[in-house]
Amino acid sequence: MSENQTKNNFQKNDYKYGFVTDIEVDELPKGLSEEIVREIWKRKAEPDFMLEQRLKAFRHWQTLTEPTWANVNYPKIDYQDIRYFSAPKKKENSPKTLSDIDPELLKTFERLGIPLSEQKRISGVAMDVVFDSVSVGTTFKEDLEKVGVIFCSISEALQKYPDLVKKYFGKVVPFTDNFFAALNAAVFTDGSFVYIPKGVRCPMDLSTYFRINNKETGQFERTLIIAEEGSYVNYLEGCTAPQYDSNQLHAAVVELVALENAEIKYSTVQNWYSGDKDGKGGVYNFVTKRGLCEGRHSKISWTQVEAGSAITWKYPSCILKGDNSIGAFYSVALTNGKMQADTGTKMIHIGKNTKSTIVSKGISADHSSNVYRGLVKIMPSAENARNYSQCDSMLVEDNCSAHTVPYIEVHNNSAVLEHEASTTKISADQLFYLQSRGMDQEKAISLLVNGFCKDVFKELPLEFSVEAVKLIEMKLENSIG
Amino acid sequence: MLEIKNLKAQIEDNQILKGLNLKVKQGEVHAIMGPNGSGKSTLAKVISGHPDYQVTEGEVHFEVNMKQKNLLEMEPYERAREGVFLAMQYPIEVPGVSNFTLLYTAFNEICKHQGVEEMSESDFRKFVEKKCQIVGMNPSFLDRSVNEGFSGGEKKKNEILQLLVLNPRVALLDETDSGLDIDALRVVSEGVNKYKNSHNAVVLITHYQRLLDYIEPDFVHVLYKGKIIKSGDKTLALRLEKEGYDWLIKDIQ
Repeated sequence: MSENQTKNNFQKNDYKYGFVTDIEVDELPKGLSEEIVREIWKRKAEPDFMLEQRLKAFRHWQTLTEPTWANVNYPKIDYQDIRYFSAPKKKENSPKTLSDIDPELLKTFERLGIPLSEQKRISGVAMDVVFDSVSVGTTFKEDLEKVGVIFCSISEALQKYPDLVKKYFGKVVPFTDNFFAALNAAVFTDGSFVYIPKGVRCPMDLSTYFRINNKETGQFERTLIIAEEGSYVNYLEGCTAPQYDSNQLHAAVVELVALENAEIKYSTVQNWYSGDKDGKGGVYNFVTKRGLCEGRHSKISWTQVEAGSAITWKYPSCILKGDNSIGAFYSVALTNGKMQADTGTKMIHIGKNTKSTIVSKGISADHSSNVYRGLVKIMPSAENARNYSQCDSMLVEDNCSAHTVPYIEVHNNSAVLEHEASTTKISADQLFYLQSRGMDQEKAISLLVNGFCKDVFKELPLEFSVEAVKLIEMKLENSIG
Repeated sequence: MLEIKNLKAQIEDNQILKGLNLKVKQGEVHAIMGPNGSGKSTLAKVISGHPDYQVTEGEVHFEVNMKQKNLLEMEPYERAREGVFLAMQYPIEVPGVSNFTLLYTAFNEICKHQGVEEMSESDFRKFVEKKCQIVGMNPSFLDRSVNEGFSGGEKKKNEILQLLVLNPRVALLDETDSGLDIDALRVVSEGVNKYKNSHNAVVLITHYQRLLDYIEPDFVHVLYKGKIIKSGDKTLALRLEKEGYDWLIKDIQ
């Protein structure tokens, strides 16, 4: 810890979340086997059907090989060298209130700028915190329970509401979906569960904070959000990790289900450690996120600010099954140093009059590589489907790269699709122009980046968008000029 | 107010300014003329601190409230905050940043630096809308991205709008008249005339007398091969208009 802190003092603008929390952990040995899968299930005290699910997923995973189609390069991952379960040691049972949480842990969250205290009431955000593999505390449970909203860790949900979880778990992202989804289904340890009952507008924003602490632990969280008919929820997630020189694997699965007239807004600010300037260390962020617009007139929107991770590989997607349903994807992906990002979305139009919007803003700096990869698929049943896609790239300096790979599949002639793409470069001339009007470099960059990302930032809740702007500015400061 | 002594500057290895001297007092209007490639734009950029140019020798002093500041030691934004303004020959497009945001941010940065109270957004909008009228710009321009999709004339008007709003101590206008039709030229000139007073100064870089018909210079300088080879009053510009630069260049050769 002290070593990391010293490093931080010397390198201004370095990753400020790079500290490690000294905390007693309960962990399983490294490696992956049926034994480990059973052991995870046992420790989580899950219902029987989950063991079956996990084992099926594990056996399926063993038959798969890691995909290589993404435009990312990394050394082969040794899945036997990863620890699949690590949890802060519990004093007795699980923490019932916040005061039961290890004070070290609370201090960690304060350093991260997210006091798990009543302060959050002011900003009106209920928060769940996942530390390594285990959810350590959810705030405002009572307030939410009053209106029937369930917001808890998925482990708790499996114990308390097994039928509800069983009904939807793996329905949007089945374990057969892909390599990492199978791995996640076998070994996931925690994540958030949200249930919004019929006709309820969730009275506050819900938020989950993910933190990887342990060096050799993979984080495999699993999030499931269900919005019943006519309900609404705004969900936010943030992620950080300590600074290690080895790579950590993060393979999450997020499933969203929106029923008739329901709306889910899902926002992410991802700032996992991205490795040092030589590309050493950093998190591999291989995530499957998908939303199902099951009911008519349902709406799902993904907003993401991807600013961390050594490698990001994710495509938050929408399956527009219900007639008149609407999907949206707003993304800012920033890469600098030696970071690699291959991210985008899939919009699958099945229902009639379905609409989707894609706004992707990629910013690449230094020696990084930034790829937008997206699929818009119009199925034969999707009469009058509409899609609007806008993919803009911004290059900072000359050694980085930006690629846009849009796939379009149309099986219905009534569809109308629009695609716009642009590439711009932050130029020394622009910086000089703004500086000659009295703005220092930092302010000038912030204006330029904000201007570029405006269409996405405006989709974020105010608090988050302020954080996102700061994050992007901080990351770019060393790359420009 | 602005004093340039023996200024030498280069871009890459190309020496452009070769020992330039110029003294501008408050309340004065100076016109800088000269054939293409003589270093006029370079002079404006060096004064405002463009990073592409290296100053190899000389001094640029700027007097603010009886205090001498060495501009060459300051960052471009520090110069701007002290009151140096460059209206560019080719104003830069800044996609995604609205004119209003640029003006408001710049205005407040300058106020902060000069110890003046910042203005609220709504007061500022009213203030700016009035300035828009002077240069004949529809206030809806304020919400468009800076210079993006603007015509040549609109870009130049926008520079003058910034001049009027930021109200600097010295305004360097780099060929603000180029690419303007007759009406736009008049509007832009009127803007500059509204700006100038006995406390500030204007340095006009231009090729043509027609701008000087509207903005009357106190001094006219001819820049040639990086040096001022001739200074005079406004009649010098009239003679240049008639006879070109040949007679001057022959003189020094």
